[in-house]
Amino acid sequence: MIAVAPPPDVRATLRHFILDNFYVANAASLSDEASLLDSGIIDSTGVLELVGFLEHDLGLTVADAELVPENLDTISRLAAFVDRKRRV
Amino acid sequence: METLDHAIPQLHDYLTHSARRLPDKVALVCRGRRLTYAALESRANALAHALVRRGVQRGDRVLVFAENGVEAVISFWGVLKANAVVSMIHPQTKVDRLAWLLNDSRAAGLITEAPLAGVAAEAARRSPHLKTLLVSGALDAAPLGGLPAASFEGAMSHESTFHPPPRANLDIDLAAIIYTSGSTGEPKGVMLTHRNMLTAATYITAYLRNVEDDVILGVLPLSFDYGLYQMIMAFRMGARLVLERSFTYPSQILGLIADEGVTGFPGVPTLFAILGGLKSLEAYDLSRIRYVTNTAAALPVKHIRMLQRLFPQARVYSMYGLTECKRCTYLPPEDLDRKPESVGLAIPGTELWLVDEEGNRLGPNQVGQLVIRGATVMAGYWEKPEETARKLRPGPLPGERVLYTGDLCRLDEEGYLYFVSRMDDIIKSRGEKVAPKEVESVLTNVPGVKEAAVIGVPDDVLGQALKAFVVLEQGSTLTEAELVHACQSHLESFKVPKQLVLVPALPKTSTGKIKKTELA
Repeated sequence: MIAVAPPPDVRATLRHFILDNFYVANAASLSDEASLLDSGIIDSTGVLELVGFLEHDLGLTVADAELVPENLDTISRLAAFVDRKRRV
Repeated sequence: METLDHAIPQLHDYLTHSARRLPDKVALVCRGRRLTYAALESRANALAHALVRRGVQRGDRVLVFAENGVEAVISFWGVLKANAVVSMIHPQTKVDRLAWLLNDSRAAGLITEAPLAGVAAEAARRSPHLKTLLVSGALDAAPLGGLPAASFEGAMSHESTFHPPPRANLDIDLAAIIYTSGSTGEPKGVMLTHRNMLTAATYITAYLRNVEDDVILGVLPLSFDYGLYQMIMAFRMGARLVLERSFTYPSQILGLIADEGVTGFPGVPTLFAILGGLKSLEAYDLSRIRYVTNTAAALPVKHIRMLQRLFPQARVYSMYGLTECKRCTYLPPEDLDRKPESVGLAIPGTELWLVDEEGNRLGPNQVGQLVIRGATVMAGYWEKPEETARKLRPGPLPGERVLYTGDLCRLDEEGYLYFVSRMDDIIKSRGEKVAPKEVESVLTNVPGVKEAAVIGVPDDVLGQALKAFVVLEQGSTLTEAELVHACQSHLESFKVPKQLVLVPALPKTSTGKIKKTELA
């Protein structure tokens, strides 16, 4: 029998990266819609780490103009951004 | 509006004067909100009355614990107008440290905002001196139970906006306390009088050639004196402050620079390193920028060249200073090509010299401790007489005190200053001071940790990055990630080690002290 791995869930991957690399006071209560900036999870060097992860681990190329909260500020927006980039 | 018949100026007169002269000019642009001078003046007046009504008296300390924002701006000026002493606190401050600050300053008031209310409330419960806690934004009463809490907006709504409370302070009274990391790990409150701050703002705006038409970018925290002075100087000139929370989304800030016609761009090396790393800078119109300033740590020459390329029309200022006197030196932009490694000359109205360990004045090309004399020198450290006596020592005139900076520098034959190193082991990361001891004590307090040492290592973006070496107790199964997490939960993010390694032992001197020079 061949085990078929489920397609990796982008949201879970992103959440995992954020919980591993940034301080989240209460991991269970971090919703996919919570602003990472407002909740103090991400700051200017944090964004660089996040972009590093998107580029190196997920193989995306992120343009400067894409470094905006509309793409990066919540787990949902990040997931949608990754999804859009992969379709291009 | 207040009539200005006061012979002796105070810091908040900057706002009042500009509001009288330019009531309808937009003074502050912040995350989509635009406030005129008149609006800021009347809100600051109302807040001052609200604070007085809640028991804040002349000379009382009021802490403002908030992100860069409209409410933080109103709070700064409102506290001054209440004849109280303002202290801006970094929004990432955790409960233990905030409680410590409230108690150290015996703050009568704490102003915060809804997203930080949980941290503020927990700290406030440990502070017996607090008379009022004002929270802006949606007020969730649950965590505030039992505290003297009220809504920031609600408290202001019925107060007089036309006049502030009667003026009680002198210009030698304290305007602000700025907390800074000390080498012992315990913060020290730098006491600044109205006179100190008026003087610093006057001299700095003079050499930057600030004008009323300036539009100044504020992306550095107001809790950082360099960030705070952008607002003070903008309001002094009747200029405009474009305030943002951070440089987190650089392209957004670059767009804002273009849209708002920013003319003054103050930054720190980390910010300029991020800027230099962007791929498409030419897409933004940065042509209105008239000057760029750097302080906090020396700017590497390659970044100076990058700024000159990026802003060919701008004057680039390399500056250096410490909170205790605000600013020591600036390099006239005309000298930047000739002396890119120098931090320049004493700012107007101050003088400097170097001394050896016996206090003898040194000549050119000798390394010694920098001493600063002038009206910007602080009044001392809040309730720390020994530390104050170490830094403020007798000067040339009988009874006067000058600032022994604790920084080792050298002067060239033309009198230009070069920073060499600090005399203590404070690390400058992202332009902010970090005491290794504070980080080490967080690490050693984790059950299972035997000892820890923290050093600064060179880092392209951060200037210096924190690197921690940790020795575990026998049998402990702690991981690096768990230790970093422990740091994150107790420290502001700029104090969290970027690298953390577990080691079997730390190098020691014969007396058992950790030999940091052997760590790398």
